[in-house]
Amino acid sequence: MKIIIQNSSDEPIYQQIYSQIREAILSGNINEGELLPSIRQLSRELKVSVITTTRAYTDLENEGYIMIVQGKGCYVQKINQNVLEEKLIQNIEEHFLEIKKCAKILKKSKEELFGILSILYEEDEQ
Amino acid sequence: MNQNILEIKNLTKEFDNFKLDNVSFHLPTGYIMGLVGKNGAGKTTTIKLILELLEKDQGVIQVFGQNIIQHYDLKQDIAVVFDEVFFVEDWKISDVEAAISPFYINWDTHIFQNYLKQFHLPTQQKIKALSRGMKMKLMLAVALSHKARLLILDEPTSGLDPVARDELLDILLHYIEDEQNSVLFSTHITSDLDKIADFLTILDNGNIFFTGYKDELFEKYCIVKGGIDNLNQDIEKYLMGIQKNSTGFSALLDVKNMKYMNGHMVIEEATIDDILIHINHMEGE
Repeated sequence: MKIIIQNSSDEPIYQQIYSQIREAILSGNINEGELLPSIRQLSRELKVSVITTTRAYTDLENEGYIMIVQGKGCYVQKINQNVLEEKLIQNIEEHFLEIKKCAKILKKSKEELFGILSILYEEDEQ
Repeated sequence: MNQNILEIKNLTKEFDNFKLDNVSFHLPTGYIMGLVGKNGAGKTTTIKLILELLEKDQGVIQVFGQNIIQHYDLKQDIAVVFDEVFFVEDWKISDVEAAISPFYINWDTHIFQNYLKQFHLPTQQKIKALSRGMKMKLMLAVALSHKARLLILDEPTSGLDPVARDELLDILLHYIEDEQNSVLFSTHITSDLDKIADFLTILDNGNIFFTGYKDELFEKYCIVKGGIDNLNQDIEKYLMGIQKNSTGFSALLDVKNMKYMNGHMVIEEATIDDILIHINHMEGE
């Protein structure tokens, strides 16, 4: 598992750990049932405080990505396909909202946005 | 598991020119606490009181849930590293074990030898020929070889190069990995603490300025900067440790008072250093 801590980032360190593990799970780089390093192992490896890694793991556990078994370790949970899809769609909607905001500032029409999107898709196909 | 390995209540000790005043804090088992403050803030006094190298005037010090004064054998479970080596300069490293080990019931020769190897300490070297980093590692090797559950370090990183400091952080995080061991270390090199400490206690002139989760400190305080013309009496009463000069001012601010500031000022996250510098300016305010 790859985790890179950016000290210069505005994002708090526990958040950085949380989102990188989440991405790895969602993208399938870590699989269901796989054993993650323990809270204290991870804190030693990343040279961050135990409280920081605890916070990241607790958030992951609360959202159902991992399961912390006392004395055994942390396992990646089975992700419900429907929940996953819903999360990704939510993600897309959030991004579209952002795009809509930018477009409003630049006074771009809906058609112009579709134009940009189709150019991106064409680039993919080439 | 939520038990405190170290609990200090209303600790007071008065000297002719300094008073450690009503200091209370606690360290939960399995975590690292940093004790910070400028030189003379009371860090070493606090540590010496915990170890009973000084006699307290008032207060309670409990280690492993018991009063240390009534249970002298508790000291077997405490390990200490000071900033200066306390071994005889002419000893070889191999002499150290012979001299120190009889004091500890749980001394483990095997562990000690392993640490010497791990830290690359040559057994035939004399103490006086060791570099600062090596002396610190030797003291750590001794401290970690009698299965202590509480490790206390007084300024362990001062005078160490960045590589040795990084190694020390690694050793400390490894030490607490089993959830039973805890670390209290004092320092004024705050970048080390920024990384690995779970809890912080900030001492200022013998008083506690803050004690608690490290993250809570940064959620509670921020730094405000602005031009001198932004300041007025109403605003200044919310600011702590104001530093003024011809180009502007900077001060410490409790986050809950942020609403009283105006848009011309810059607000940014505080570092431990920022906080230490500004509380130093608070005196006499």
